[in-house]
Amino acid sequence: MTLLDTLQTALKAVISYRIRSVLIVLAMSLGVAAVIMLTALGDGARNFVIKQFSSIGTNLLVVLPGRAETAGSFPGAVLGQTPRDLTLHDAQLLGRLPQVKRYAPLSIGAAELSTANRLREVTVLGSNENLIPIRHMKLALGSFIAQGSERSAQIVLGAKIAADFFPHTPAIGQRVRLGDSRFLVSGVLASQGESMGFNTDEIVIIPVDYAQALFNTTSLFRILVEANNHEEIAAAKQVILATLKQSHDGEDDSTVITQDAVLATFDRILHTLTLAVAGIAAISLIVAGILIMNVMLVAVSQRTSEIGLLKAIGATSTDIRRLFFTEAAWLSLVGALLGFLLGQLGSLLIRILYPQFPAWAPSWASAAAIGIALITGIIATILPAIKAAQLNAVVALNRK
Amino acid sequence: MIRLINITRTFTMGEQAVLALNQINLQIASGEYLSIMGPSGSGKSTLLNIIGLLDQPDSGQYELDGKAVTDLTEIEQAQIRREKIGFVFQSFHLIPRLTAAENIELPLTLGGVPIDERKVRVQNALQDFELEQRANHRPAELSGGQRQRVAIARATIMQPSIILADEPTGNLDHQIGAEVMLLLENLQHQGTTLIIVTHDRELGSRANRQIAMRDGKILTDQTHDTP
Ligand SMILES: Nc1ncnc2c1ncn2[C@@H]1O[C@H](COP(=O)(O)OP(=O)(O)OP(=O)(O)O)[C@@H](O)[C@H]1O
Ligand SMILES: [Mg+2]
Repeated sequence: MTLLDTLQTALKAVISYRIRSVLIVLAMSLGVAAVIMLTALGDGARNFVIKQFSSIGTNLLVVLPGRAETAGSFPGAVLGQTPRDLTLHDAQLLGRLPQVKRYAPLSIGAAELSTANRLREVTVLGSNENLIPIRHMKLALGSFIAQGSERSAQIVLGAKIAADFFPHTPAIGQRVRLGDSRFLVSGVLASQGESMGFNTDEIVIIPVDYAQALFNTTSLFRILVEANNHEEIAAAKQVILATLKQSHDGEDDSTVITQDAVLATFDRILHTLTLAVAGIAAISLIVAGILIMNVMLVAVSQRTSEIGLLKAIGATSTDIRRLFFTEAAWLSLVGALLGFLLGQLGSLLIRILYPQFPAWAPSWASAAAIGIALITGIIATILPAIKAAQLNAVVALNRK
Repeated sequence: MIRLINITRTFTMGEQAVLALNQINLQIASGEYLSIMGPSGSGKSTLLNIIGLLDQPDSGQYELDGKAVTDLTEIEQAQIRREKIGFVFQSFHLIPRLTAAENIELPLTLGGVPIDERKVRVQNALQDFELEQRANHRPAELSGGQRQRVAIARATIMQPSIILADEPTGNLDHQIGAEVMLLLENLQHQGTTLIIVTHDRELGSRANRQIAMRDGKILTDQTHDTP
């Protein structure tokens, strides 16, 4: 029997047992589609997080007080009070390093923002003019705390706060009271919404020394540093640590987190997660394989007399084995391809519904899903095919 | 030329051994018309299956066209079945999902005959057995006589030298059965060896040579010159 004839004969059988074939193809395709869609979600999440992380700045290093033992965690939050605080002086030292393009000190706290007829507690960020470019923020109106004017009492409002406090008049040039001090509104941030768990629409920004006075502290929450370029990130980290150690009387009590390291950690975690999810989905393919095995066993007993006849008219055991294998191969091939289409369609649907979410299935996942589908289909048929080929021709012919 | 020497076939059903064929010696010349008769369970079908290489004897020797075939491999036996032997069954054994033409084509497909030649031969067979109008019908849409004609067309499409028919008219009414017998006898006139197993005395007596079996043995073996 030629290969082409085997393919055709098996295909005819697949088509004539329509309901059975549709069910198997469905089971197989759902498994493949599940693998593809879940990896699309997993990989999409990975890319989404990476994009979010990149959007907060480029070549970014974050200096925080306290020692970290493990890279990638946020020790400042864990250790609480630290041996020695970061100061504005430290920040200025870092700004002089050749590897550092610019820096922004960060002081953070809460205070009451008020006008004649409104009052509200807001999150206050104290920083300098570099915060906007380092953090990739945008101003909708006005200017940021102008260069060299850290002393002037100016304030930048988040988009939502500006809209709430000055719904009818332009916010720029208005006077507001923050705590006990008066500030002049110099700019309004462009609305960005939530980014990395921090809503920039609901903050206000003032010069860092005003913030320190407001919170009655000399310490800084963070120092954001931008390296000259990507290659110098590692060197910058080293000199920053060395500079701070010297400034802190030889005490190694600061931590520098590079955006790179955090990114790599997230990348790794989410990649592993994607793999795990794909693996779980692949189990459904094994289940589909068991279904194929069961259905092919039923097919062998249903078609016993047909197998007897094939032997009577000269089919060899090999011919019969091949016919059953080919039938299973057709079923799993069609199932795999349909599943591929379904999976791609599902991913497309996710992308249409959530345009920010890059739900693309990685090609390794699609290839693996189709491959596993075909292989399980074939393996599942080994037993039924052997059973069919071993049937005694006379007994098979007499079976009704 | 079929030669069976001391063929024995035993079946074991649980504890019990059934001697289906008991030391059968039989020689059938090419082109002979032979009927095998006997009561139920006498071993007629078993004998036919052994001649058709569907079943293996426990002991004894079987020579086909001067060649010992008992010890051939499974693949070699399949090839002999394909090329030299055509089976016709009481229950037709057509594949229900295939059309009449496709059922007839099956042995050619198994034999790897090229598609163009296949189409021509199937077309001729459909003509020979007056099945052109039914070529694309499935077995369920055919009458019993038509089904058996399809089965005979399938049995003869490879131009075998031996036709083995086990109760070929058993599922047909008298007149249709007679028509089917004429078709088979016509093949025998063209030189094919025809071996028919039947319960029907009248049908059996049409053969030149008539064998009566009982308890796995050949009881009588008579040859008549004119049927
Ligand atoms: N596969 C088998 N397993 C067990 N016993 C069998 C088997 N095939 C045949 N036999 C037994 O062998 C004996 C001969 O059977 P066989 O089918 O050759 O009889 P038969 O002459 O064709 O009968 P019938 O006219 O009813 O078809 C019977 O006793 C039968 O029960
Ligand atoms: Mg019988």
